[in-house]
Amino acid sequence: MSTPTLGGGSSTPVVATRGRPAWARPAIVLPPVIVGVVGLVGWELVVDVFHIQKFLLPKPSAILDAFVENRTAIWTGARKTGWVAISGLVVGVFVAVVAALLCSRSKVLAGVLTPLASALAATPIVALAPVYFKWFGQVAPTAKQAVVVSVVVFPVLVGTARGLLDCQAVHLELMRTYAAGEWRTMREVRVPNALPFFFTSLKVASSLAVIAAIVSEYFGGEQGTLGGVITQSAGLSRYDRAWAAVLAASILGMGLYALVSIIERLALPRHRPILGVG
Amino acid sequence: MTATSRPAPAGTDPATTQATTAAAITVTRVDQVFNAGRSNQVEALRGIDLAIAPGELVSLIGPSGCGKSTLLRVVADLVEPTGGTVTVNGKSARQARIDQDYGMAFQQAGLFDWRSVAQNIELPLELAGWDRTRRRARSRQLLELVRLGEFADHRPWELSGGMQQRVAIARALAVEPPILLMDEPFGALDEMTREHMQAELVRISAETGTTVVFVTHSIPEAVFLSRRVVVMSARPGAITHIAAIGLGARTEDTREDPAFFAAVTEVREALRGRIGAKATATATAKAADADADATAIAGEER
Repeated sequence: MSTPTLGGGSSTPVVATRGRPAWARPAIVLPPVIVGVVGLVGWELVVDVFHIQKFLLPKPSAILDAFVENRTAIWTGARKTGWVAISGLVVGVFVAVVAALLCSRSKVLAGVLTPLASALAATPIVALAPVYFKWFGQVAPTAKQAVVVSVVVFPVLVGTARGLLDCQAVHLELMRTYAAGEWRTMREVRVPNALPFFFTSLKVASSLAVIAAIVSEYFGGEQGTLGGVITQSAGLSRYDRAWAAVLAASILGMGLYALVSIIERLALPRHRPILGVG
Repeated sequence: MTATSRPAPAGTDPATTQATTAAAITVTRVDQVFNAGRSNQVEALRGIDLAIAPGELVSLIGPSGCGKSTLLRVVADLVEPTGGTVTVNGKSARQARIDQDYGMAFQQAGLFDWRSVAQNIELPLELAGWDRTRRRARSRQLLELVRLGEFADHRPWELSGGMQQRVAIARALAVEPPILLMDEPFGALDEMTREHMQAELVRISAETGTTVVFVTHSIPEAVFLSRRVVVMSARPGAITHIAAIGLGARTEDTREDPAFFAAVTEVREALRGRIGAKATATATAKAADADADATAIAGEER
């Protein structure tokens, strides 16, 4: 792994190793895979050996069976839930980035928006889902999208604003000596500086978006969503099917996270690798 | 002692008036107080008077916290002085900054991680509206100058601290500004590279007539580079002595010249506070024979 040189008088450049991608290196891939397999086998054995009731904790194999058996219902649910999560995420990120740009330009606006966003973050938004359903109606996905937007805005706003404002003083002074205007400084310094912060917050927000979508589905709205399948199956004591829907929800969350990571990799090829794993 | 001779009516001293019209940089009775009126108030500069001639290489030297960096930042219009005036090329410091009359190298390299080494050097050229071909050619040329020719496409974080600093120096030189303001730019370099960069700076200044104001901690560096070395003391930051260095053209042998050692000793004595305004008069008189240019400016020290 490459370690960036920090100061020092050494004149030997440390060049980043550009070998195989992380997913193709056994040293990186094998440990989590082994832990995962051992964990699943252990789970299966524990349920068998201690005769744990099916409704308390079904075996992984039973969950997998239910997953395959109910694949049509789960696929439909995942699509509905995925749409709510992704569309809410996109809108929330847009709102947050615009707010962050405004905050970085105006101290007054930052003073108004920051406490507002904090207050929003401190509010248990998903608990507001029933209220949103009253406002936007039960059938349309709007109420659930509104929950997702509300949950996504805060982390992205805080992360992006931090990156836009927390620039190196020497960079800002350099732009001042070039007599560069606000807009040029934004383009050359603030935005590139904010990108890693933005993507970190986006990763947090992408997981939150799926969670918010599913929890808001517990409170009502359209049938056949992942959240709907979970509540309905649990109500009917079909715990294996409920767990299969949970599995689908976590796959959805991981997929969204992976998508954000790929976009990050494409957008930031030039940035310093933060961890050796890159 | 210049530093405390306030208040003096402006323009009454013929030497000062003359220097003001001819000088590239004129600093007149500049004060800088940070956090005025608060418990953490710091008087960084008091009554600074300094005139620097076009094409002159002047070093500012003094203990940490003596305000030498602050003085440089006042000239660069990065800090607005709480008192006094600064004139650069006959304009206000602010106008000179807007007109891009100077290039600046900071203590930290301050390179952009998201740009390659060459792109970092080309940033001021982009802002000045140079086209891609000319930018490339210029950054190539500068990379050769700082001996980093093969690192054009590397990322800054792949280079050592000293190499990064050389990139930053190349960036400051990029647009060939008439004035260079340099804040301890060679601090992170190894001895051999440092001497190379010093020789290059003297050469560039001589060939292009670039005025250089150079902040440093190193006495030999200040003496080797400069026509005059401005010695400052701390709390409050003030000029205690200006040593005129009469060494003629700098060569590889300059550092072994007895006159070099004499000048080093003079600056060291000044830093220890053993010599002040009186000693300066003798020193400038002696230097007058060796370096006529310097005396025109140095004589202005009242």
